[in-house]
Amino acid sequence: MATLTLNNVKKSFGKTDVIHGVSIDVQDGEFIVIVGPSGCGKSTLLRMVAGLETITDGEVQIGGRRVNEEEPMARDIAMVFQNYALYPHMSVFDNMAYGLKIAKVPRSEIEERVAQAAKLLQLEPYLQRKPRELSGGQRQRVAMGRAIVRKPAVFLFDEPLSNLDAKLRVQMRLEIRALQRELGVTALYVTHDQVEAMTMADRMIVMNGGIADQIGKPLEVYANPATEFVAGFIGSPPTNFMTGALLGRSAETKIGVRPEHITISDADRLKARVTYCEALGAETLVHLMVADGSKITVRQDASLPLPEEGTEVGLTWADADEMNFDATGKRI
Amino acid sequence: MEKRVTFKGIWLPLLLVLPQILITAIFFFYPAGQAIWQSLFIPDPFGLSMQWVGLGNFEYLLSDRYYRASFVTTAVFSILVTVVSMGVALYLAILADRLIKGSGTYRTLLIWPYAVAPAVAGVLWLFMFNTRVGVVTWYLGLLGYDWNHVLNEGEAMGLVVVASAWGRISYNFLFFLAGLQAIPKSVIEAAAIDGAHFWTRFRTIVWPLLSPTTFFLLVVNIIYAFFETFGVIHTITSGGPQQATTILVYKVYSDGFVGQDLGSSAAQSVILLFIVSILTVVQFKFIERRVHY
Amino acid sequence: MAEHTGMVEKRGAGLWLTHLGLIIGVAFIFFPIWLAFVASTVSQPEIVRPPMPLWPGDQFFENYSKALTAGVNAPVALMLGNSLFMALGIAIGKIAISLLSAFAIVYFKFPGKKLFFWLIFLTLMLPVEVRIVPTYEVIANFGMLNSYQGLILPLIASATATFLFRQFFMTVPDELAEAARVDGAGPMRFFFDILLPMSRTNIAALFVILFIYGWNQYLWPLLITTDPDMNTIVMGIKQMFPSGDDIADWPVIMATSILAMVPPVIVVVGMQKLFIRGLVESEK
Repeated sequence: MATLTLNNVKKSFGKTDVIHGVSIDVQDGEFIVIVGPSGCGKSTLLRMVAGLETITDGEVQIGGRRVNEEEPMARDIAMVFQNYALYPHMSVFDNMAYGLKIAKVPRSEIEERVAQAAKLLQLEPYLQRKPRELSGGQRQRVAMGRAIVRKPAVFLFDEPLSNLDAKLRVQMRLEIRALQRELGVTALYVTHDQVEAMTMADRMIVMNGGIADQIGKPLEVYANPATEFVAGFIGSPPTNFMTGALLGRSAETKIGVRPEHITISDADRLKARVTYCEALGAETLVHLMVADGSKITVRQDASLPLPEEGTEVGLTWADADEMNFDATGKRI
Repeated sequence: MEKRVTFKGIWLPLLLVLPQILITAIFFFYPAGQAIWQSLFIPDPFGLSMQWVGLGNFEYLLSDRYYRASFVTTAVFSILVTVVSMGVALYLAILADRLIKGSGTYRTLLIWPYAVAPAVAGVLWLFMFNTRVGVVTWYLGLLGYDWNHVLNEGEAMGLVVVASAWGRISYNFLFFLAGLQAIPKSVIEAAAIDGAHFWTRFRTIVWPLLSPTTFFLLVVNIIYAFFETFGVIHTITSGGPQQATTILVYKVYSDGFVGQDLGSSAAQSVILLFIVSILTVVQFKFIERRVHY
Repeated sequence: MAEHTGMVEKRGAGLWLTHLGLIIGVAFIFFPIWLAFVASTVSQPEIVRPPMPLWPGDQFFENYSKALTAGVNAPVALMLGNSLFMALGIAIGKIAISLLSAFAIVYFKFPGKKLFFWLIFLTLMLPVEVRIVPTYEVIANFGMLNSYQGLILPLIASATATFLFRQFFMTVPDELAEAARVDGAGPMRFFFDILLPMSRTNIAALFVILFIYGWNQYLWPLLITTDPDMNTIVMGIKQMFPSGDDIADWPVIMATSILAMVPPVIVVVGMQKLFIRGLVESEK
């Protein structure tokens, strides 16, 4: 159990910079999610912490100790891989015990630690099986078990749920979080799924093109996105963006309003034509098109009347719900 | 293609490749280089000195009646071996592919001659056609045919071709059967529903879809006939009669070791080397194409 | 009709014709071997007065024990041992050096890697038959004539196996090596604990192919083993034929031929699946 500090960490491959300097202080036991679209550098950042990629510039500290030059083993971390990376020819027991055997932990202690982890993960009946004889969810648990037995200071997760089906993903999400709380281990978790990020993170790092656009608690980030990218990436359906020109303001600015903050009414700020409605049960999504051809989505309670498709309606929202961005995408 | 992860270190990998480097350098590159070097010299009759002749050995070879005859012999021999072994193998593979049950049994029965060394195959066929004791020779005699491959050039060629092709049938059969079984049955059934009969289906659907396998086997069998049939020829005919079965590889051996004509033998090696390179390039080009299929 | 396979129709007469055709093929393949077996069980006079019988006789033990213990130039038991040693040496030696160098090529960056890669690529092209005279000289200079090293080393100087293992290692997910690093395994530990066990079937398949390749060598042992005690069985058979007009000892020669076939045939039939896989993979 330890703190984790990234101090202006940078990575370049040759002349191409892929990480432009990320800094964060992670508290002991905190669960940090790094989220962003593919190619944003989130996995590279994680792999630098793991010691699988060299750090071009900056510093990584684990428990206050600089680890830039250390081998992965010496960093006191454990990692769960996207495809689990289980050793296919070893039993579940041997998969979990392998790292301990290399570290020359006494046999009795290995057995005890594996048994503990297996109990925690409900893997006890499967200890002698090979990975190919397990279901996707069970393999995922073995990968977790392999991380747990090491009793590391920091857990690293690289998109661990992306190979599971949707239902299992929701369940494992809760399990991972519960487990991490129980063990009290600091965790760094990479995902491209903003729902995972919102539901699991104590704090999240939203990455875009090698830059950490915003670091903060999920609800803070949701309510106060620092950039146009964050406003668009976090939240589903995404934030509606309108040009300044459309609302009679400076053409330089962009105005973002979340779908749930817009209401359909006669007192209009903006005229729009209803293209179609999606009734989801508890709520309804109304898709509209405005004069300059851009699209708007409104999320409203299912009890409200459905506008007729093809008709023109008025849209309105509170000033406080407006988010203004400058030409570079920064929040004003 | 590169791995994303690599281990650190320079000395360890060099140590790991060292055994292969040493063995390849000593037993491959040095001799291959020697072959090229020696092909440019003629040793004196006592083997004491070497005389530089440039491309003289090659000029001499290409104007040599016997060497040119050996080229023709090799071509005839390899084409016959390839056609016979592939033809029989394709016929058997088509039959085995027609079976719902039992094709595995036939496969087991047909594959194991692969394990019989060409030299042993030569001895087996020599025994059957031996001029004194051969069973087949005796029965041919009853029919009024006087078989004597020791004297008759055509019969000698026929015998080494059959003996070489015989051991190769297994290999070709395996690849043809695999190729046939990889053709989606739905395609053939669709053609059957369209009213195409067996031969039409074979000609218009099976054969074109099988062509990658066929082409691959063609190259591989030619290489086999060129180099790996030495044992058959050495055991059955020793290149005779009158050099009628002296293929190029056999000539390298007989000129180099029996005739002790090192310069000429080396030049022949270089020519062979050139032929193999061409065949290999053809093979690789083809594999490239197959990858895109 | 889900069980339809092959060329669609094959019922009744067609089915029997198919079987008949295959049986004729199998008979053609078997006949020379059957004849050799028969010859190895009858006496010399029965063979030299044609036609020889087509059904086995009662001299099986006499002929085989004579071949194994006395042979013509050297006891066949000795030649069998030589062949076994050579075939195992070639198979194991080639697999060992290839595994190591493929591991180095795939999992390390080192100076000269590209060059090394292309050099071994070149060796794919040249069978030993092509460079036979100079290779013979190298062996002679090392004093390796009539030795196991001389029989084995030149035949493992080719990179087919290295290529095969390289191909396979490239398909091993990167994450496994990373997981091993996180688990604290160094390169050699990863090689022995993870990579080797994962390559088991590939190694076995290649072993079958190389064993047969080694066992069936003819020209090379013919050149470098002048001492009958170093003869391998495949080349030894030809040495049993008398020069000149003497009549060959056919029962013993045929018994030797059968003995020369048995080990590789057992390997091929016993490990059929691995053999087929090895063939297909090594030709890719």
